[in-house]
Amino acid sequence: MSIDISQFLHTFFEESFEGLDAMENNLLHMDVNSCDVEEINTIFRVAHSVKGGAATFGLKAVAEFTHSMETLLDQIRGGEKTLSDEGVDVLLRSVDVLRSMLANSKAGNELDFIESEEIKKRLDELLDKGSSKKTVMKPVVERKDDQQITNWEIKFIPETGLFKSGNDPVRMFRGLSELGIMEATVNAESLPDFESLNPEECHLSWDITISGKISKEQIAEIFEWVADDCKLTITSVEEEATAQLVENMVPEDVKIVVPIVKPMPGKEGRATQTESASIRVSIDKVDDLINMVGELVITQSMLGQLGQDFEMSKIEKLSDGLAQLERNTRELQESVMRIRMLPISFVFQRFPRIVRDLSTKLGKKVELIMNGESTELDKTVMEKIGDPLVHLVRNSLDHGIEMPEMRRKSGKDEIGLITLNAFHQGGNIVIEIIDDGKGLDKAKILEKARARGLVGSDEDFGDDKVADLIFAPGLSTAEVVSDVSGRGVGMDVVRKNIKSLGGNVEVRTEAGKGSRFTIRLPLTLAILDGQLVRVGEETYIVPLVSIIETLQIKKKYINDIAGKAQMYRLREDYIPIIRLYQSFGLKPDQEHLENGLLVVVEGDGQKAGLFVDDLLSQQQVVIKSLETNFQKVQGLSGATILGDGTVALILDISGLLASAKDSAQMQASGAAA
Amino acid sequence: MSSILVVDDSASMRQMVVFTLKGAGYEVEEAVDGMDALKKAKLRSFNIVVTDVNMPNMDGISLIKELRGLNDYRFTPLLMLTTESGADKKQEGKAAGATGWMVKPFNPEQLLATIKKVIG
Repeated sequence: MSIDISQFLHTFFEESFEGLDAMENNLLHMDVNSCDVEEINTIFRVAHSVKGGAATFGLKAVAEFTHSMETLLDQIRGGEKTLSDEGVDVLLRSVDVLRSMLANSKAGNELDFIESEEIKKRLDELLDKGSSKKTVMKPVVERKDDQQITNWEIKFIPETGLFKSGNDPVRMFRGLSELGIMEATVNAESLPDFESLNPEECHLSWDITISGKISKEQIAEIFEWVADDCKLTITSVEEEATAQLVENMVPEDVKIVVPIVKPMPGKEGRATQTESASIRVSIDKVDDLINMVGELVITQSMLGQLGQDFEMSKIEKLSDGLAQLERNTRELQESVMRIRMLPISFVFQRFPRIVRDLSTKLGKKVELIMNGESTELDKTVMEKIGDPLVHLVRNSLDHGIEMPEMRRKSGKDEIGLITLNAFHQGGNIVIEIIDDGKGLDKAKILEKARARGLVGSDEDFGDDKVADLIFAPGLSTAEVVSDVSGRGVGMDVVRKNIKSLGGNVEVRTEAGKGSRFTIRLPLTLAILDGQLVRVGEETYIVPLVSIIETLQIKKKYINDIAGKAQMYRLREDYIPIIRLYQSFGLKPDQEHLENGLLVVVEGDGQKAGLFVDDLLSQQQVVIKSLETNFQKVQGLSGATILGDGTVALILDISGLLASAKDSAQMQASGAAA
Repeated sequence: MSSILVVDDSASMRQMVVFTLKGAGYEVEEAVDGMDALKKAKLRSFNIVVTDVNMPNMDGISLIKELRGLNDYRFTPLLMLTTESGADKKQEGKAAGATGWMVKPFNPEQLLATIKKVIG
């Protein structure tokens, strides 16, 4: 029988990454002067499990690397060594190395041995310090096959307590009979009288002969478990003359032979396929779901019964039942959505490490406080928000927090404070990154923005608007471009990424007191708050986050420009008017602008007015992908099914604006020609 | 068919052991640590218990000691899954009442061969 163990690799990687996160977390909080035994134990267990798993699943390099970690931790755990700051450092580096080794193994890439060798050397150096214990992984003794046929005589005299360890001589006989031709003779001499017989004790002994291509070690191995509970002699018939007693005989170097498990062919393809395709869900969420389905079944059977012999007198019962069904459905929907929700600690947990490394590098003293780590958000959102958050935190540390002496001079505590907050607000999750550093230098930002022509030289800007400029493309005020942040590609990308998740980011800052970045994100990408609008017979959905305002069109603000394009004067701005019926080729109620409504939307930093016939209700809609069900359509981000069963299309504002611009240009060039 | 309780805090190892044993037709229940195992072992009796040694909450050796103290498990085979570095653990386990041990890493075939010898 052969079992493909590569099917468990995915679980192994998942649990190892989780373990490494826990390990890192514990290491970061570790105070080397007062080590908590349980903390060390937790760290040790991770190394131990990763090693065990890696060896089992054939990841030899990983197993060897973790072996040194495990040994070091075992010695610290046993009190043979104390954990030094250097030790913590090396262990943290080891976590990094392991992560990349595992990630590479998972992706089926070649492993990079240069770094792992270096860290392993440092681990081994720590191990060698003040200890003579060798920690080499014992080589596995291969069983030789060039064995001669030998006849063996075995005398097996168990102690009376043999059964108490759960051992049964039958197991040994089974093992022996697999090796060769065996014959056992029972010796019942020491069996007491029936009256005094205790059936829980073993009073029998055996003489066994066995012949075959068998080594003494193989026989000893079978008796290994009971070596301490019996008298055992193993003699080959040939060397009977020089018979030797073997007591407690298991030689040190006997090992169960372990064939090295080769990584299965085709593993790479599978590994990449399953990448991130699974999700860990806590049991209580699944239980909730099962509960809810139970309720649904009850409601369904109630309604079913009602339907069988329905009379108008039961109409009240029916409407009760339907109300219950609605409630069940809503709860079920919420439960299902919750399955995709993960606590934000998945992202937050990287930060202690990042802050520690970076503050050491910059020579700053920083304390990191995290609140609301259990706040949940959608897995997809989580995966995409990680990098922008890292950028913002690095930015706060690099540009916000001052050097210790600077802070002392300005009367602040030497230790800077970075606070990460996460909480729910309405249907959004809000993440704040707050530092108590020097704040943004508004004068410098404005100066730079003017130099780049981002704002006019005489334009007057409010404070908040100035701070907002840091999200403009190509604007970085870092005097020295460090490798930390400040390459000038940062903040605009951060904002773009957050916007692409349907969220926004803003900054408030006060000179000398610090800055506060606030990110607002939808809890999920699967449900959208939408404004339903009507164009002719059709209903479209405009994402609520894109809508700035809605207004009745006044004729005096309409401006015709070259071609057929029209602009609308919105206070000091001019925005293009997009007639949705033209974009989608429909017959509208109204072609005259002043009879319809204008929905002012923003996408990719540009505003436009959508001309629609009517505004309908606002509601949450479940997004269905057009690409998977049909094909990608410019200007549409998806579709949904409304309460009455009709399909409504969801507008992609950025795409719509882009295509409107194209057609306007075409018309303009057409008119010019 | 014989019933087996598999105890390991590592999900991947547990999956492998359980998959192997179930595949061979055994009735298998899993536990994530010693505490969990003890709870499950008290609810019903198993023909054999296979446990990891290093686990949070209650380690394998304490589990074996506890199980041996229970009337239902006085003679039940209790196997430890140890690593090659845990030589002293074997002795500790034996003293606690373990029947025997398997040294990690092992492959599914080796596991099955050992189990078969113990409970047939």
